[in-house]
Amino acid sequence: MLHIQNLHASIDDKEILKGIDLNVKAGEVHAIMGPNGAGKSTMANIIAGKEEYEITQGNITLEGEDISELAPEERAHKGVFLSFQYPVEIPGVTVTNFIKTAINETRKAKGLEDMPAKDMLKMIREKAALLEMDRKFLSRSLNQGFSGGEKKRNEIFQMAMLEPKLAILDETDSGLDIDALRIVANGVNKLKSKNNAVIVITHYQRLLDYIKPDFVHVLYDGKIVKSGDASLALELEEKGYDWIKKELA
Amino acid sequence: MDLKEKIIASHIAFENKTNVKSDVINKIRTKAFQHFETVGFPSKKMEAWKYTSLNSVLKQDYSLFPEEDVTVNLSEVKKYFIHDIDTYKIVFIDGKYSSFLSETTHDKMDICLLSSALAKSKYSAVIENYFNKIANQDNLTALNTAFANEGAYIHIPKNVEVEKPIQIINFITGSKSATMMQPRNLIVVEQNAHVQIIERHQSLTDNNVLTNSVTEIFADRHSTVDYYKIQNDTKTASLVDNTFIEQQSNTECSVHTFSFGGNITRNNLNFYQKGEHIDSILKGITLIEGKQHVDHNTLVHHIEPNCESHQDYKGIFDERSTGVFNGKVIVEKEAQKTNAYQQNNNVLISDNATINAKPQLEIFADDVKCSHGCTIGQLDEDGLFYMQQRGIPKKEAKALLMYAFSNTVLESVKIPELQQRINRIIAKKLGVNLGFDL
Ligand SMILES: Nc1ncnc2c1ncn2[C@@H]1O[C@H](COP(=O)(O)OP(=O)(O)OP(=O)(O)O)[C@@H](O)[C@H]1O
Ligand SMILES: [Mg+2]
Repeated sequence: MLHIQNLHASIDDKEILKGIDLNVKAGEVHAIMGPNGAGKSTMANIIAGKEEYEITQGNITLEGEDISELAPEERAHKGVFLSFQYPVEIPGVTVTNFIKTAINETRKAKGLEDMPAKDMLKMIREKAALLEMDRKFLSRSLNQGFSGGEKKRNEIFQMAMLEPKLAILDETDSGLDIDALRIVANGVNKLKSKNNAVIVITHYQRLLDYIKPDFVHVLYDGKIVKSGDASLALELEEKGYDWIKKELA
Repeated sequence: MDLKEKIIASHIAFENKTNVKSDVINKIRTKAFQHFETVGFPSKKMEAWKYTSLNSVLKQDYSLFPEEDVTVNLSEVKKYFIHDIDTYKIVFIDGKYSSFLSETTHDKMDICLLSSALAKSKYSAVIENYFNKIANQDNLTALNTAFANEGAYIHIPKNVEVEKPIQIINFITGSKSATMMQPRNLIVVEQNAHVQIIERHQSLTDNNVLTNSVTEIFADRHSTVDYYKIQNDTKTASLVDNTFIEQQSNTECSVHTFSFGGNITRNNLNFYQKGEHIDSILKGITLIEGKQHVDHNTLVHHIEPNCESHQDYKGIFDERSTGVFNGKVIVEKEAQKTNAYQQNNNVLISDNATINAKPQLEIFADDVKCSHGCTIGQLDEDGLFYMQQRGIPKKEAKALLMYAFSNTVLESVKIPELQQRINRIIAKKLGVNLGFDL
């Protein structure tokens, strides 16, 4: 589904990604781990189309199509979803109005009519229930004054509404309490199918206890330096990153 | 002959035509006329006019007192009214009252014309008590006073809650030439009364229009006044709006100014707090492009203790448009426990747009809370990316962000139909259809 080949990217002439290769097939879950500042969020942002980064080498294809020149919304319409590490506050736009706009703009891009209000409401109710979100939440301004955990839960609510092909979860577990982690991870698992794929960026094993990865990659200094199965995450949890750094040296 | 000379030369003819009963008022007007003769129009040399030049506007050859009675079809102008709710309406066409478009009343209150109030002795007491009592002696206010004759006269007696909003609309047809208008409104709200007013100046021509408007509002104890100004005029219409509000104890007065269009728009908005436990609310959204210019010049004068003022002005400037925010707050020595809040946030969409912002706080009391914040920035790139990531195209995402930015002003509009209307004007200006009102 997603092929990243020798991806180099920089900002202000500073190289942040230094040759990333990643292949994600439909039905798979990939976990990306790595120390602070390694470039995990940068990679996620670049897949989603953030314009401030310059791709200096390499390419990104989604289902065989080169997406590296597409606008963020065009990638979203093709099924790319990024759960933000730091969701942005949008005062004055309610959660409901925002998700309605997102869904209808996506439908418009596909040549479909707006979703009938009744169906929209039903879907919003279902997905809010899936994530055990309070109804009151939906009429609040998007992310404004939300706690860290509430923001993350709301990201996954939007993911549930948009039903993406490729979901990238950037530290969705951070800020979630133990119960919320279980609810959110359950939500993600419910959405998983053999037709879509998930990339989970995380620092901790605890999320991977719920969302079982098929592959674990270590991103270090702009490169994927080690890949393995789920046991690699456990090993990292136990030993940290020093042994990898030593291996590289 | 320049405009000042032309105005002076026209004065005698004007006086012969008008019918003002009260000698007191006539004296005030004569004095104002003499004052204008001496001082003339404001120039950029004056501190208060540093960033707004009227030169180009004053060069036009205005017709000062349109003679002809012009009629307009309701179908042509309906869109300028808030027409989905019942309202009182005081409508003028080229400065002349249009009974056809208006809906006034003398039942329990007076919602009518200043010219008739000035001409009839039964109104003299109120007129003499209030007329020109708080309007200042500045150049343009004096000019308006000298030629004050027509406008809205609103008198709400004690304990009356006006059941529907009042719209004051000035249409200018100016079909033959440039037109100068000088509407004058007097609004007296007695104890415990409540009124909502919507004001609009609307040019129906491509010819130049200059409106020099003065409004005086008196809010007696425990009264509430909500005033909304819709400034969404044509590119050849300029407006100087001079509004003066005097509040007695326990009153709440708000003025929302929506500046969406026009050539040069200058708002001189002055609040005087003459009692305790007063709340004054000044809010505005400026959303302009092209070469449009909007200047907000506000004053809140805290004179007595235990009062509040809240200012919240949002500006979005595109293309070569320019904005000015000059917010002055004076807290007198006696005005302890004042809580004065001022916020002015601006977004420049284009590199060629400019904003000059100058907060001025003059605080003579020691136990007060005064805060002011002024920001000038670009649209939040992270916010845009976030929305685009969810499939919302850039244009719509920008529009949503601008809505979000101005929402603190929109949300305090107390007339839902007006709020919806403002929403739609904004959406239309931004060229988006979001499928919902925020
Ligand atoms: N917009 C930017 N401007 C300048 N430097 C940037 C920018 N974005 C990222 N960087 C730098 O790139 C590097 C990688 O950052 P990134 O956010 O991708 O790290 P990360 O792996 O997600 O870290 P964390 O685990 O702390 O979230 C860091 O050194 C960061 O400071
Ligand atoms: Mg990160």
